[in-house]
Amino acid sequence: MIPSLPRPLWLRTATTLYLVAFLVFLFLPLATVAVFAFNDAPYPAPPWHGFTLDWFLGNASRDRTGLFGDDELLASIWTSFLVACAVTALSVGVGTANAFLMERARFPGKGALSALMLVPLVLPGVILGISILAFASRIAEFVNDLFGLELEFLRPGLPLVVLGQFSYIAAIATLTISARLKRFDPTLEEAAYNLGASRGAVLRTITLPYLRPAMIGSAAIAFLMSFENFNTTLMLVGADPPLTIMMYGRMREGATPVLNAVSLFLMVASALLALTLMRKDGRRAA
Amino acid sequence: MSAAGTGQDAATHDLDVRGAVKRFADHVAVDQLSFSVARGSFFSILGPSGCGKTTLLRMIAGFIQPDDGEILIGGRSMAGVGPNRRPVNMVFQQLALFPMMSVGDNVAFGLARRGVARAERLRRAQAMLERVGLGGAARKKVDELSGGQRQRVAIARSLVLEPTLLLLDEPLGALDLKLREHMKIELKQLQAAFGTTFVYITHDQSEALVLSDHVGVMNRGRFEQQGTPQQLYYEPATPFVAGFVGANNRIVGRATGVAGAIVSITSEQGWLIRARSATAIAAGTAVEAFVRPEVAVLARAAADLPAGQPAHGGEVESLLFDGANSAVLLRERQSRVEFRIALPQTGQFADLRVGEPIHFSFDPARAVCFPAGVAHA
Amino acid sequence: MPDATSGPAWERRLLLGLLLAPALLWLFALIVLPQIDLALLSFRERVAPREYVASLAQYRTFFAEPLYWHVFVRTAVMSLAATLATLLIAFPVAWTIAKLLRGRLSALLFVVCLIPFWVSETVRTLGWMILLRESGVLPALLAHLGVTAAPVELLYHDATILVGLVYTSLLFMVVPLVSSLESLDNSLIEAAYDLGGSGWSILREIVIPHAAPGITAGCIVVFMLMLGNYLTPTLLGGKSSQWFTEQIYTQFIVRFNWEQGAAFGFLLLALSTSMVWLGLKLSGQRFGDVMRRT
Repeated sequence: MIPSLPRPLWLRTATTLYLVAFLVFLFLPLATVAVFAFNDAPYPAPPWHGFTLDWFLGNASRDRTGLFGDDELLASIWTSFLVACAVTALSVGVGTANAFLMERARFPGKGALSALMLVPLVLPGVILGISILAFASRIAEFVNDLFGLELEFLRPGLPLVVLGQFSYIAAIATLTISARLKRFDPTLEEAAYNLGASRGAVLRTITLPYLRPAMIGSAAIAFLMSFENFNTTLMLVGADPPLTIMMYGRMREGATPVLNAVSLFLMVASALLALTLMRKDGRRAA
Repeated sequence: MSAAGTGQDAATHDLDVRGAVKRFADHVAVDQLSFSVARGSFFSILGPSGCGKTTLLRMIAGFIQPDDGEILIGGRSMAGVGPNRRPVNMVFQQLALFPMMSVGDNVAFGLARRGVARAERLRRAQAMLERVGLGGAARKKVDELSGGQRQRVAIARSLVLEPTLLLLDEPLGALDLKLREHMKIELKQLQAAFGTTFVYITHDQSEALVLSDHVGVMNRGRFEQQGTPQQLYYEPATPFVAGFVGANNRIVGRATGVAGAIVSITSEQGWLIRARSATAIAAGTAVEAFVRPEVAVLARAAADLPAGQPAHGGEVESLLFDGANSAVLLRERQSRVEFRIALPQTGQFADLRVGEPIHFSFDPARAVCFPAGVAHA
Repeated sequence: MPDATSGPAWERRLLLGLLLAPALLWLFALIVLPQIDLALLSFRERVAPREYVASLAQYRTFFAEPLYWHVFVRTAVMSLAATLATLLIAFPVAWTIAKLLRGRLSALLFVVCLIPFWVSETVRTLGWMILLRESGVLPALLAHLGVTAAPVELLYHDATILVGLVYTSLLFMVVPLVSSLESLDNSLIEAAYDLGGSGWSILREIVIPHAAPGITAGCIVVFMLMLGNYLTPTLLGGKSSQWFTEQIYTQFIVRFNWEQGAAFGFLLLALSTSMVWLGLKLSGQRFGDVMRRT
């Protein structure tokens, strides 16, 4: 049970073995993806044919298109990046406003609104996607019938992808930032007033700096969730597929190890992001 | 109460509260309260929790608007002046140091809000930190400081703005006992060194007595008494003050005879004592009398008691050893009334035993009695 | 101070309005109205080009066509099984993190468990495909060891889908479990032990009741994610995956039959909502508390 109680040897051994098995289970797929990014063979499959960097550096002239020569793949990374930036900015902005709304303001219907804010989290992503697709199309049709205007951004495409992802990532940002604002000691604001600060100065020098860790944290989460989103995006995507959609398409066809290369690139990027955040956290804790 | 309201007084008073009233839904927190605080003095508002002292302090700071009455700071009315525009700074109960800033930035915060240039405000913050003995702490994080150091930063953060008035909201409450004793002395020295007018609220009578030039004892939204610590201690004006400031033996009974200022009292249990009356008392009225533990004198033989004082007898109930504050709890022989007497520092009664018979007396002029149950107007 | 409690009345109103606007816009334009629209869509039938009547035809089709409701039930049952498997696999790990390990080691294991989930589900699924397909790593290994005569296809089985689903969802089970187990005071376990409790009875009487909110939260979220998953079943299950989200995709995107797709979407939503509700009822939890835990 717990360390302070006697645990028989077999239990301790079993626990350790279980843990090792669990970690293998957890990392085996990732390790496999990483290893086969360097296999000198046209398909990511055994046996091992030797080490190569072709799947990163190769170009069409060597009949192996590597990650950095694959314009389609690079374009989809760029698309994902743009979408993620937009979703992050929107989610953190709206999440911060919502935190102040829920923690500081009083208005009728607040309880209902607070419950409504959790709803996006229990809607399956596919349903979020189709409902936004259908609703946007309906508005587009309506505007078209009435004014003869064609609203391109309401048709499947990146603007809808951004809105679709934002619709539930905003809920996560709201929860994270509200939780921190709830723990805020309001006498800090009083102290700042007392020392002569104006409303704006209190917000700028006290409240927002206090919220900053939560805002950075939820920005990182928002960025990552947007970058990785598949279900909602699939329903709303137009002519420019983000990376996950592009990878999905190629995986169905049976792709070359260039996908392993781009995956490794993603792993390194997320690991760096995670490490930077944890460093920051650790420093604050110390 | 000290005079308030004339133009001349306003010039030497940093704080004038005139008829301030604050009502909440179910009670009156501050009830028609008027007082003034002289420039450069240390003024304490002493009262039990819920007496309205925090409401009063927050009204002075501007976080609460009075329902009625007026507050003048430095002779200027504060009506409609926001908390960030008042020449008043506050040391909060939990200090409210900004955890996201360094110590230096905490102290420089108010200066930055006034638009003081960066170099200048850092210089002034540093100078202020040196004055409170924290010259090397400017770059530290707030949570790297000890309790006492944080206290000093909170005070420095306010004093660097050279306020007319510094408000302190039970700032020692969060400290442990040893540190609290130490910080009491430090606070008094800081106030003397800076000469700023301090308004200090506390529920701890010892803090109020040690620190203050003047104390207002607050109860149910009003001041029961205002005066120097000595006046409060030796000449309490109401039973509440007598009971709240310092330790006291309280004896409830009825006035059975009046001879000038000295009243004879028979307690509910039938013990006969004499005490000075604080207000006119007619024979037959219900009274409560207060006798401080250090006013009474112990003796093993009745003959050793001071001459001219009514002698009493009793038995030792328990011994309360507490170093210099040691006392003996005894019961009066006939009435069995409990009575506390401070043990003399001479060690003369160090060998007292529980159950031992003992004699004691006190000077009736140094005991005080009030009509019972009459609220002091 | 944006607390809308100080300042003149018009200013408070303005501030409240400014704070309310984004929340209302978000919730109504992207959640409430689209869901209503989806419901309306599912209750109509096209009788001629651009001409629709209200009808239950879409739902009738669902029940009349065995393939549809068969897939629906299959999705629900497999999600449920995978959720239970996830709980059983995650619990010992969460226990180790929360109770057995101390300080840095515990934090380290926790972070290690989170790392795979910083990487996209697409990447993780790619890993499983390389591992499991006929020409993949595990079949080659099994053949090499002589367990099987020739490499076998490990993809496209129901079990493969389950493994994939469990794998993608572990994080959402481990996190709420760890947080609810960490809040359990060790001295309670010591007291139970001291009073003669066995490991099993302590687990049943002390640990599980205490961790119930965390368990509920984890199960609800995991179940919902599995039900709505598209990537893992289609890639690991291939043509035989028969996952309900696939049907929605087919109706909506491939056949462009939005009315039918909307009805399917609504059925999935009804299933997911009723399971969430049932989970909360069974464990006596409140929705808000559970969601804030995750």
